Amino acid sequence: MREVAIIGIGHTKFGIASKTLIELFSEAALQATDDANIDPKQIEALFQGAALPGFEEGQVMPAAFSAADLNLGPIPATRCEGACASASVAIRDAAMWVGAGAYDLVLAGGVEKASTMGVSFATRTFAMACHASTEGPAGLTFPGVFAMAARVYARKYGIPLEKLREQMAYVSVKNHRHGALNPLAHFYKKYGALKIEEVLNSRLVADPLTLMDCCPFSDGASALVLCAAEVARKYTDDPVYILGTGQGSGTPLSKMEDLTKPVSRIRSARAAFKQADLSPEDIDMVEIHDCFTIAELIALESIGFFTWGEAAEATATGQTDLGGKIPVNMSGGLIGKGHPIGATGASQIYWLVKQMRGEAPNGNQINPVPEYGMTDTLGGDFGTLCHIILGRSKR
Amino acid sequence: MYKEYTILTHADYENGIKERKLLGLKCRACTRITCPPMPVCQWCGSRDLERTELSGEGELITFTVIRVPPEGFEAEVPYIPCLVRTKEGPSVVGRLDHDAERATQDLLGKPVKLNGSFTKGDKFSGGPHTCPVFGVRE
Repeated sequence: MREVAIIGIGHTKFGIASKTLIELFSEAALQATDDANIDPKQIEALFQGAALPGFEEGQVMPAAFSAADLNLGPIPATRCEGACASASVAIRDAAMWVGAGAYDLVLAGGVEKASTMGVSFATRTFAMACHASTEGPAGLTFPGVFAMAARVYARKYGIPLEKLREQMAYVSVKNHRHGALNPLAHFYKKYGALKIEEVLNSRLVADPLTLMDCCPFSDGASALVLCAAEVARKYTDDPVYILGTGQGSGTPLSKMEDLTKPVSRIRSARAAFKQADLSPEDIDMVEIHDCFTIAELIALESIGFFTWGEAAEATATGQTDLGGKIPVNMSGGLIGKGHPIGATGASQIYWLVKQMRGEAPNGNQINPVPEYGMTDTLGGDFGTLCHIILGRSKR
Repeated sequence: MYKEYTILTHADYENGIKERKLLGLKCRACTRITCPPMPVCQWCGSRDLERTELSGEGELITFTVIRVPPEGFEAEVPYIPCLVRTKEGPSVVGRLDHDAERATQDLLGKPVKLNGSFTKGDKFSGGPHTCPVFGVRE
């Protein structure tokens, strides 16, 4: 396999958008091609994550229309769907095709207009990524699944539920603090001074998770230009390299051995580390799929940044913030930055690249500029997991 | 001739729940139980399966109380989805028949028993589906 580089990045404002999802994606895509100093006509294929466009705008097959909207010509344009991990799956597949030598220059990313559905319908459509026939009639929702996982976590490690709720609240406070500094975040300048008590006392969504334990429904798009690493320097002085990727698939909830140790995530992360020939200790920063506060803790342990049962206390003592053992979600994460589900994986990469270029917002930038970064993206209730490891130098 | 791989269909499984029977599959290769049904053993992947009935008894692994429901579930709030590990080994997702205001962490690990079924469908679900309802055994 050839090595693959990221030479251009684009990202719309996350939040509530009036533009169509095709327009949103085009905006991110043109930012990315301008950033890469290429003519969009040079793009050979498009890989687009989009989870629920049929329910949002009555639009399936958005990838083809995005290619048309950008006047890319009749190139192959493929929609990738892995629920909230859709963009990461798209980027990983794009990297595979470039790595395999089928294309030299491709566009990958994702888009979503989740807010158009409203909370009630969005809760229904998001829950479609649960196992429909067994979890559907039970009325499971995504906050519900992670609320169930939080209870297992508390029991397993002998943490009183009220204490765990407080430790989880630190995730929300941290991610909102960084999201409030990010001009493209859904909650820019909103909850920068959020207090633990405010997380605990906001209204219950799925016991024990409150509204402030949850990420919002957002609109937005993000796109990347990928090329063969050997020609990356032709386009840019500061390419970022994809050093390793992993993807894993889960099961219906009923077939999971332990909700706090998702095998899909463990396998995916290990595959990415193996390909990159790196270990968790080498990673300088990570963008974690914090759809809910407890999700960040489970992810940190599954990837190997902390041992089992340690992430809650580590987070409460600042080890996942700037200056800690591993800065997590310095973009604001899904909680602070917003979660346009089909775009999230690309947004995670966007903010890692910004960090590696030293262009992250003041208060979020890691110093010195990080050498290695990692993304963790989750779709469904551990159904689709994807990890991507980036570096400033080739393998 | 067309070969049928499914030994216990999901419809059979749901019909069983409606009659308060938890149906599953016993693996002749590894002797373990698969439930809800799959075309292969959920533990070893063998296709050498036969229908069996589980006791309907198990342990409450976890639950949540849904306060913000999906569209179509408004009338049921608050309700309690749960995960139960059956005595026979496999886990099932269902609902817990319990006072939502008294559903606290100390319920985890309690013995539960199948005591009913809940059927629900909307225009997206391909018809109604049925899940088990469990009650806590005090």
